[in-house]
Amino acid sequence: MKWDKLLKLAGIIVIVAVIAVLAVKPVFPDVKWLPFAKLIKQGLDLQGGVHVVLEAQDTPESPVTSDRVKQAMAIIENRVNAYGVAEPIVQQQGDRRIIVELAGINDPDEAVRNMIKTAYLEFKTEDGTTVLTGRQLKTATEGTDQSGVAEVNLEFEPDGAKIFAEVTKANVGKPIYILLDNQVIQAPNVQTPIPDGKARISPYASLDEAHNVAILLRSGALPVKLEVMEKRTVGPTLGADSLDKSIKAGIAGLAVILVFMVLYYRLPGLVADFALVVYALLMLLIFAALHVTMTLPGIAGFLLSLGMAVDANVIIFERFREELWAGKTLRSGIDAGFKRAFVAIFDSNVTTLIAAAVLYYFGTGPIKGFAVTLSIGILVSMFTAITVTRYLLHLVAGSNLVRNVKMYGA
Amino acid sequence: MLRDKKPFHFIKLRKIWYVISILVIVPGIISLFSQGLNRGIDFRGGSLLDLKFNQPTAVEQVRGVLADFGLEGASIQRSGETDFIIRTKELAEDENLAVLQALDQKLGGVAVQRNERVGPVIGQELIRKALLALGVASVLMVVYIAWRFEFKQGIAAIIAILHDILVIIGIFSIFQIEVDSTFVAAVLTIIGYSINDTIVIFDRIRENMLYRKKGEALEDVINNSLWQTLARSINTGMTVIFVLVALFLMGGATIHNMVLALLIGVSSGAYSSIFNASPLWYDFKKMEERGRLKGAKA
Repeated sequence: MKWDKLLKLAGIIVIVAVIAVLAVKPVFPDVKWLPFAKLIKQGLDLQGGVHVVLEAQDTPESPVTSDRVKQAMAIIENRVNAYGVAEPIVQQQGDRRIIVELAGINDPDEAVRNMIKTAYLEFKTEDGTTVLTGRQLKTATEGTDQSGVAEVNLEFEPDGAKIFAEVTKANVGKPIYILLDNQVIQAPNVQTPIPDGKARISPYASLDEAHNVAILLRSGALPVKLEVMEKRTVGPTLGADSLDKSIKAGIAGLAVILVFMVLYYRLPGLVADFALVVYALLMLLIFAALHVTMTLPGIAGFLLSLGMAVDANVIIFERFREELWAGKTLRSGIDAGFKRAFVAIFDSNVTTLIAAAVLYYFGTGPIKGFAVTLSIGILVSMFTAITVTRYLLHLVAGSNLVRNVKMYGA
Repeated sequence: MLRDKKPFHFIKLRKIWYVISILVIVPGIISLFSQGLNRGIDFRGGSLLDLKFNQPTAVEQVRGVLADFGLEGASIQRSGETDFIIRTKELAEDENLAVLQALDQKLGGVAVQRNERVGPVIGQELIRKALLALGVASVLMVVYIAWRFEFKQGIAAIIAILHDILVIIGIFSIFQIEVDSTFVAAVLTIIGYSINDTIVIFDRIRENMLYRKKGEALEDVINNSLWQTLARSINTGMTVIFVLVALFLMGGATIHNMVLALLIGVSSGAYSSIFNASPLWYDFKKMEERGRLKGAKA
């Protein structure tokens, strides 16, 4: 026995075990970044949300221009921000497409409908002339009146307020039509002239409904018609369910691999198992640090990479066994095995990386997530197989803890 | 040890391996041409509603409500008493809302689990992108293999990959399993996996060629290499299959078909790297040799 090496080995095992516990268990509830597995961003398919691709359409009144698309993006951003979800994504794709992603939203379909609403507000007099539009509107907020009925309060810009004062003065006793997207939503009779530019629209069934109308009015009219090209919404329960199921499946798959490796490769198998745990922890750390968004296909990619991480070890151990059969000692067998296995591992992983890179380049959304986790997995698995497994195997062999070559699979 | 006894000769029996491959692929190709693939809305365009009703609900009830919107032709899939997946033609947002409200009011409340809408343009783009990705990946891999190994091995590896793709697509066509965008991801992953497998074997052949004894036949070098890497091929294949089977049995329904495609692909990939890639390379080498002999005679 070489106690110093044995001590080192025990130290490493303890450190990895501590990190593993910190990764998933909330040991220190006060430390914000622990457990770090919780820091990994979940994709829309896991936490629920909506991914929508909008395309600007030409209409006779407003053909698509790049300025209009940019404006529409800004307006959508405005509308989307009003939902208060964390990190909404509004992105332009190509010339006339806008991609919007909202995570953790309660009614994603409603959000999509609000996004594409033109929300064109007009005030018309009885004879049908438009006196004011949404452009002269300063703010719109929801509220309740004295009797608790939901309403939307409007405030006009100074020029709008002036016009509004004149119009109300000229139309006392007559209705003024308020139109949202060409639909009359209210036709209140003017009781007295309103000089301060403040108006109310009511009643609404709920404060939520008033809130939605207020958002639409506030964020203005879309300068161009938008059509939904693609929409994917996932309810929060389905997302949580998917996450739960894949974690369970992952643990089951991992458990079988761990058992198989020990049964087939004995002591090196145990070392590889340990390296696999290190691998999984490294992956979690990288996902958390690089803010990789975890999607359902991404989890599949991660689990698949577990299999590939094992593969690197399998290649090494098969070589190692051959060296032992050829009569080499443990230590020179380890080195020769690693050296000869490296080329095979390198070339085979590069080709897989090529496939993953192509997948990333051509894929969208969850597919990109899959390509990212697969690529990171390949790189990290090469690293752990070549450094961690090798170091540990040397430590185990050098500690003289187990000297029987049969235990090394020979 | 199996690898020392070598119960059979991989290269001498190669015609048998080719026949097995053809027997698996041909029915798939026939099916592909006769009934095609069951294309999901990702490819065709359309709408998908994944719903959970508050009460046990029958397919007829759902169809009845859909009929009010002229959607009696929709595909309605029921799992459990309350879970439904409905696929229809593409529904605009207000249409979609009207259908959901009607289902909610008439059938006692419904929760939307998933709601997808894909325009027909997106589907065409997906197919175009998938084929482009396939082409680009193949070319890049041949280039890499030609650089690290030799061009003919690159071609043999790509044929083995095509084999795997045909097996997956064929089986999905025969059983009319729905294909969506995750299927594309699965196929591309299999390309990466299958070539990974093939490269490990080629690497061993490359190494053994360096230590080739005088007079040792090429077919024996390849055969030895295949036997030497067989344990690794099987073990790696098995570990990946463990994970996939776990995902298939326990993972969510959303990735079910993707995992199935991966399972078929990994199995096919393990087969093709052992039984197709290296034997094909051997045949290519033989052709080259014969060509050279002919050239020398003339």
